[in-house]
Amino acid sequence: MESSSSKITDEIRAEASRLLSSGEVAAFLGFVPGSLPMTVRPFVARSSEDAARLVWNSFCVMNLANYLPEVLKSVEPPRGPGDPEPEGPLPRVGVLATGCWSRNMVVQIQENRIQRDRVVILGISSRGMVDRKKVLARLGGREALKVEEQDHSLLVSGRAFNEEIPRWEVVRDNCRSCVHPDPVIWDIMIGERAGDRQNANRFAQVEEIESLAPEERWAWFQEEISSCIRCYACRNACPLCYCPTCFVDDSRPQWVGKSIEPVDTAIFHILRAYHCAGRCTDCGACESACPMGIRMRLFTKKLEKDVLEMYGAEAGMDPETPLPLSTFSPDDPQDFIVTGQESPKSTGDEAGRSGEVSQS
Amino acid sequence: MKVYKISREGLDKWIKHWTESYDVFGPVEKNENGMTDWAEVKGLDEISTAPGTTKQPIKTFYLPQPETLFTFTSRGGEPDSDVLKETLDEGRPRVLFGVRPCDARSVTLNGLAYEEDPYYMANVERTLLVGVSCREQCGTCFCRWVGGSPFGTEGLDILLIETEQNFVAEALTDRGVSLVEAGGGAREASGEDLAMVESMRQEAEQAMSAMPDTAETLRSKDLMSMYNADFWGGLSESCINCGACTFLCPTCYCFDIQDEVVRKKGRRIRYWDSCMFPLFTQHASGHNPRGQKVQRVRNRFMHKLKYFPDRFGPVSCVGCGRCIRECPVNIDIREVLRDLLGVE
Amino acid sequence: MAESKKEQINNPYMPFPARIEDIIVETEDGNLKTFRLMLERPEDRENWSHVPGQFAMLSLAGRGEIPIGIASSPTEKDGLLFTVNKAGVVTGALHSMEVGASVGVRGPLGNGFPVDSELKGKNIVIIAGGFAFTTLRATLLYMLANRRDYGRITVIYGARTPGMLLYRKELEEWQKRDDVEMHVTIDRETQGWTGLVGFVPTVAGQVAPSPENAVALICGPPVMIKFTMPPLEKIGWTDEQVYLSLENRMKCGIGICGHCNCGPVYVCKDGPVFTRAEVMKLPVEF
Ligand SMILES: Cc1cc2nc3c(=O)[nH]c(=O)nc-3n(C[C@H](O)[C@H](O)[C@H](O)COP(=O)(O)OP(=O)(O)OC[C@H]3O[C@@H](n4cnc5c(N)ncnc54)[C@H](O)[C@@H]3O)c2cc1C
Ligand code: SF4
Ligand code: SF4
Ligand code: SF4
Ligand code: SF4
Repeated sequence: MESSSSKITDEIRAEASRLLSSGEVAAFLGFVPGSLPMTVRPFVARSSEDAARLVWNSFCVMNLANYLPEVLKSVEPPRGPGDPEPEGPLPRVGVLATGCWSRNMVVQIQENRIQRDRVVILGISSRGMVDRKKVLARLGGREALKVEEQDHSLLVSGRAFNEEIPRWEVVRDNCRSCVHPDPVIWDIMIGERAGDRQNANRFAQVEEIESLAPEERWAWFQEEISSCIRCYACRNACPLCYCPTCFVDDSRPQWVGKSIEPVDTAIFHILRAYHCAGRCTDCGACESACPMGIRMRLFTKKLEKDVLEMYGAEAGMDPETPLPLSTFSPDDPQDFIVTGQESPKSTGDEAGRSGEVSQS
Repeated sequence: MKVYKISREGLDKWIKHWTESYDVFGPVEKNENGMTDWAEVKGLDEISTAPGTTKQPIKTFYLPQPETLFTFTSRGGEPDSDVLKETLDEGRPRVLFGVRPCDARSVTLNGLAYEEDPYYMANVERTLLVGVSCREQCGTCFCRWVGGSPFGTEGLDILLIETEQNFVAEALTDRGVSLVEAGGGAREASGEDLAMVESMRQEAEQAMSAMPDTAETLRSKDLMSMYNADFWGGLSESCINCGACTFLCPTCYCFDIQDEVVRKKGRRIRYWDSCMFPLFTQHASGHNPRGQKVQRVRNRFMHKLKYFPDRFGPVSCVGCGRCIRECPVNIDIREVLRDLLGVE
Repeated sequence: MAESKKEQINNPYMPFPARIEDIIVETEDGNLKTFRLMLERPEDRENWSHVPGQFAMLSLAGRGEIPIGIASSPTEKDGLLFTVNKAGVVTGALHSMEVGASVGVRGPLGNGFPVDSELKGKNIVIIAGGFAFTTLRATLLYMLANRRDYGRITVIYGARTPGMLLYRKELEEWQKRDDVEMHVTIDRETQGWTGLVGFVPTVAGQVAPSPENAVALICGPPVMIKFTMPPLEKIGWTDEQVYLSLENRMKCGIGICGHCNCGPVYVCKDGPVFTRAEVMKLPVEF
């Protein structure tokens, strides 16, 4: 039986090829197969021959919204700093979008990173992407030389072994806790919409950590980031991280040390997470990109939970609703603001700081 | 070179003896994900036997992240303030046990660039490498394409080869011989052992198709004519410009230097930097010689495959495959090599 | 003492201790200052020898290290001169320092102009724009001190305004000499300025001598270099006769750290001085 991924692949190829050859889009942003099992490569198709190479499967873990501004720029006519705006509409770009990616595109529209009328979105309801690291962990050091995807299982084979792994068990944590698999904006829908997913408790992972004592939480945090090599794959995989000069790179003033001293790494991770608050869609690209297996999306997930609880907002659900942290309303919760008179709850208690907001 | 035979138990004793005068490190299973990385060990049973390489290359021992070059007291007004004091690390000597031939080779290759660097050389001086040959190669290993071998000895003090029941230990340097002696309990290998090792070597090398002398072939091509080739653009469109490939690469050795001062205690450190980062080349004026991603992606490969070989001979890649495995978007240096070798 | 001597020989990252002897504010906007540094240890002073066009790393403990061209000629014996544009962290800190403060100097580094080989016996044209005159000042002084080794010397130097010219006193002195032909120009007509007016490329087109048995040393902003070439080429100059000095970000200065490569060359070690013919073969990464 044809798997749902390969059906989607066929449809993507057909649509992308049509869009490209009709000139509706100048480029199409998708994936092509990678050179290793369980990998794909983000790819910009510019012809229908290119489109025939596109692929869809359970390993499409990079968030394509991250590439969109650059690809949009690449199809614009070249222009020097002083040159006038080109006349007429600029060329468009086609792109694939699952629920979370489409929400990132909404955020990008709200933050003026992209223009809605310049993207043609092929919406796909995500069945959850597989975490390559989870599969590798199950193999315990044996190397997967071939991984074949079926709708509910992965057939993994290597030197002298064949193993069938139930797919859902190795789906990424963010996808397992996702409730919005359908795109919120799209132009062409590929396959069926699945509807919001019932999820017993999407914040279970966060609550587990919240239940720890402050010092345990701090210890957990430090342990989690201890092997970080500051490669910034997590930051660079993220469509929200686009500051021209990231605070970690700034030298005037220098906010944070550059090497892997624990305190510097901690500052990096805390600030990175906070920069994403109210904007992060839990797409999991950061975690998938990390070569060291650090689960930094738990930090942003915590903030997602806080923003939902305090402001009733979820990032990118609707282009008309402004971003929660860039708007103010008089009834916003404000009791976390510490004034001069009150003594803060956790004086000198560094452990509590990152988790304090929601408890006050 | 002397060749010995040693049992598993014998090896364990070696490690235990060595710990008396060395810090001994080995590849250890780090977490449930099956990731192995370097950690201090006290015996053989702690050491992972998984094929292939550790998560991080052994450059962490040669180019620690960060490395203190100098210390100073800052702006205190005291007579000694702001005077740099050298801090060549004269810590305990150490043995890295279970180094793969590719990683061992990286120390020698980087050494070509670091010849005049006293810090690197001090680390070379105090680090002994005990390698293990690779009976099994990973799908991402390509040491044979770039001048290495799964049984390679370059950079090693001892090479261990696992045979049916025992290990054969080739002591490759004087330091290696003294390590074997300090370990004790080894017998000299017989002619039979040597023959067996030789046939294993041939088998392993044949199992991995070699590219006909890559360095030589690369050198014979006019690679600068590929500077504007189309494939760079394609690569850079996928690349997210992170530092995963370069930071985890054993032969990427670029660094930045910076001063850090905490409560008047200052130090000048060097830490890993990556030509993938835009700031790597950016001037104070904002001008950036490699401001575009495609320039940076190209530089990474051209440095390894053209600029380094031009200067020093060998290709600056040992074929460990880390960059292929760890790149979040699967940029594969083997494809770049093929593209470059396709040049006439 | 013996101890520290050993360190310097072995450790190429160790700067020589030096003291700021003098600070001259060069330009009207105050953004360029020349620092005269004296190496603290007599043996360092004795061992120091550089070629015009070389640079050194200036080290401020706590701030960092930056490459700066050596503005003094080896023939000047009263310390080392560095003319520094206030641009960022280290240059900013340096600008706030006072006479007597200690700094570190690591060098000399790089190749320098071939004053004792290729340039000997040649007619020399020095073309400089803005504050890139620094190592050319060193070169000019060196040549004047060894005047008989060189043919005609022509200097074309321009800045935005009279107040932005470096080394003004010296410019006046050189203008009085008859063994060097000075063409100092400013971008626009200004009150009180009686000299040349016009951009460096234009002036170069007007006054540049014949390329016969001559070399040109050009330092300045990339646009200036770009527009200076066509008028020179028009009268027959070739890329082999033109020397440029590149400026790439660098950290170690000794060909290891990887920052300053421009394609296959390391600017710190193979440069910073290259002929234009060499530069044209390089990828445009400078
Ligand atoms: C060979 C050479 C000779 C130079 N000669 C002079 C000179 O005579 N006078 C002068 O004013 N300037 C000179 N420069 C430029 C000078 O080095 C930079 O302006 C300076 O490094 C800026 O440092 P900062 O810390 O103030 O700036 P920041 O922006 O804070 O710089 C941070 C770091 O970036 C690097 N960096 C930034 N800009 C440059 C640059 N243009 N070149 C190299 N590295 C840079 C440095 O490593 C610096 O430490 C020279 C550069 C080179 C390569
Ligand atoms: S991707 Fe992982 S290792 Fe790299 S900076 Fe992020 S958390 Fe650290
Ligand atoms: S690249 Fe070669 S030496 Fe390295 S692990 Fe693989 S087979 Fe062994
Ligand atoms: S370039 Fe890749 S394969 Fe080569 S040594 Fe570096 S990490 Fe290993
Ligand atoms: S790891 Fe991959 S995505 Fe990251 S910089 Fe290297 S090639 Fe680019």
